[in-house]
Amino acid sequence: MARRVLGSQFVDLLLGPHGVDRYLELVRPSMTVSDARAEVVEVRSQTARSVTLSLRTNAAWGGFQAGQFVRAGFEIDGVRRTRTYSPACSEHRSDRGLELTVTEHPQGVVSGYLCDRLEPGSIVHLGSAQGEFVLPAERPQRLVLISGGSGITPVISMLRTLCDEGLPGEIRFIHYARTRADWLYEREVRELARRHPGIEVRFLATREGDGHLDAAALGDVGASSWGAVCGPPTLIDGARDAWSGRGGDQRRLLSETFTPPTITLSGDSAQGSLRFLRSDRTAAIGAGTLLEQAEAAGLSPEFGCRMGICHTCTCRKVAGPVRNVLTGQVSDEEDEDIQLCISAPAGDVALEL
Amino acid sequence: MSLSSNLTPAQVDALGDELDELRGRVIMDLGERDANYIRNVIKAQRGLEIGGRALLFAGFLPPACLGGTAALALSKILDNMEIGHNVMHGQYDWMKDPGLDSARFEWDTACPGDQWRHSHNYMHHTHTNVLGKDRDIGYGVLRMSEDQPWRPRDIGNPVYAALLAALFQWGVAVHDLEVERIEAGEIELSDKRDILSAIWRKGRRQVLKDYVAFPLLAGPAAPFVLAGNLTANLTRNLWSFMIIFCGHFPAGVEEFSEEEVENETRGGWYLRQMLGSANLEGSRLFHILSGNLSHQIEHHLFPDIPAHRYAEIAVEVREICERYGLPYNTGPLRKQFGSVVKKIVRLALPGSEGDGEGNSEPAPEPELALAA
Repeated sequence: MARRVLGSQFVDLLLGPHGVDRYLELVRPSMTVSDARAEVVEVRSQTARSVTLSLRTNAAWGGFQAGQFVRAGFEIDGVRRTRTYSPACSEHRSDRGLELTVTEHPQGVVSGYLCDRLEPGSIVHLGSAQGEFVLPAERPQRLVLISGGSGITPVISMLRTLCDEGLPGEIRFIHYARTRADWLYEREVRELARRHPGIEVRFLATREGDGHLDAAALGDVGASSWGAVCGPPTLIDGARDAWSGRGGDQRRLLSETFTPPTITLSGDSAQGSLRFLRSDRTAAIGAGTLLEQAEAAGLSPEFGCRMGICHTCTCRKVAGPVRNVLTGQVSDEEDEDIQLCISAPAGDVALEL
Repeated sequence: MSLSSNLTPAQVDALGDELDELRGRVIMDLGERDANYIRNVIKAQRGLEIGGRALLFAGFLPPACLGGTAALALSKILDNMEIGHNVMHGQYDWMKDPGLDSARFEWDTACPGDQWRHSHNYMHHTHTNVLGKDRDIGYGVLRMSEDQPWRPRDIGNPVYAALLAALFQWGVAVHDLEVERIEAGEIELSDKRDILSAIWRKGRRQVLKDYVAFPLLAGPAAPFVLAGNLTANLTRNLWSFMIIFCGHFPAGVEEFSEEEVENETRGGWYLRQMLGSANLEGSRLFHILSGNLSHQIEHHLFPDIPAHRYAEIAVEVREICERYGLPYNTGPLRKQFGSVVKKIVRLALPGSEGDGEGNSEPAPEPELALAA
């Protein structure tokens, strides 16, 4: 009821042009009606290089399907930094809870902050869940879940989700990490396996003699089996080979990987391509600013001063590193607004243009 | 004639490099302090707004009526000046907070944000004080420069100025319509259909909010709410007119011709901003209520640096001005606005060169600084 009133046209007129959320957030940042946000409830560490966050989402959060990822924004030193994470909890949690586990990257601004400085009570800005790495609606009778390192989060979400659904079939859960000390969620997975006899669990440490993924590790795979693998590209490739080796159907092996982009720090020698998403065009990186290169590619983006002061050419950069030609600073943030007239590509860049 | 002729091209380049270096230093230092600052200003503004409107609902008590009107006026001034104007310049874009994103921000005034971004951020800030290009010189209504040819209707200059001041939010709202070009037959009104309908949409909501919805909601207190809202809008109009006209029209501020700025370098652009802007002196509160446009010189040099930083860098900017023998035009509001009023009145009459206190009369301080 309160949400209906607050979201009404009349309240929007009264609190225009800023809108109701810009007032509610001053009372409590997670009180917003249309901005999906969460509060950090608990921060814990499962391993030395990771952090697990328990969040409580507000009513604007639209939920997710196990395996999908969400964009989560944290304010660090005045700047909102957004990263993509796959929730690790079941999609059926009813307590508005959301769990993220983040592995620390060397020089990672956000992961370093989350591991060292994040306090309960902090606000997380959530995007809507995305991604095709999800189980079929008709749940598989036989499923192999394979993960490497921090790739465990979407697959443990699948495991927890299926357990909440009463587990219709058999699941083999295989996790690879470098050492035993890096294993995430081992206790939880073994606990689920104890309660559900259909689950078989393998935790492996590749640098402690447990070997890498091979066909034998997959166990029985039939043409009707499903698999889901998440981790570095080598793990995905290995899983695909092993899957075929066991007679599995490649169309039933879901996969998701994460690859860091390559960044060229010196300006004009950047290699790669520019993707203009809205106009569906691609061009090889050439010389000059993104504004000049977009124009050379036949686009006509809006612009004003062409010297970085008026912000008319501000454009959403979906992905890729860009260098500010005035300051020399390189930014690799996803989904950020940049000024085309003073930005040059420092690698593959995708623009909403 | 521009003062720039007194600096060699190499000196102008060096000036540009120094200012770029100063800008870079501030940009690198932006962080939590700046985020907290703007959020605190927003909190104060929203508090004054809610508080002011609540007090006006009890407007039959004279102190509540007065206090409510004052709070709402302050709220609108903060919203437009220190928050809206500055956020829309992109001063807080680095925070990546969608609520403070220059491209999407809207303010509590009749002018649609998109049009403001074009007419102000681009047209005015790129072509500052260039006659024929900077439409802020007189807003298409007033004669603000001797280089604008006198027409008989300019006799009404002071009257038009008073009207523009009282209705300033509407003057700003129709700014991007370019009425003077329609009048001159350069463009048709129909060329501006989209602009016009956007003004209509935004303006209608503003009017509905302040003059229909809130009075209706107030029931028996409707007359107080209506009067309070009207007064708050009027106060904001007069205040912002005064501050904005002190930015570029006090005595000693220079204008430029299109020829002068042809092939302008980055250093030359900086130089023009310095010569074409004037500051106001006052307390910290005065600076905040002026949206830090009291630091117009610093603002025109670095329009997308958070405005509360201007006071901090003003010391260095002034030192640079002195070193290059450039004027740094500043004074209290009384003095600066007084000279603006004088100019408005004087330019109502034709051909004032040489007679009386013409604009061509050497402005003492700048010339002294140059001679030094």
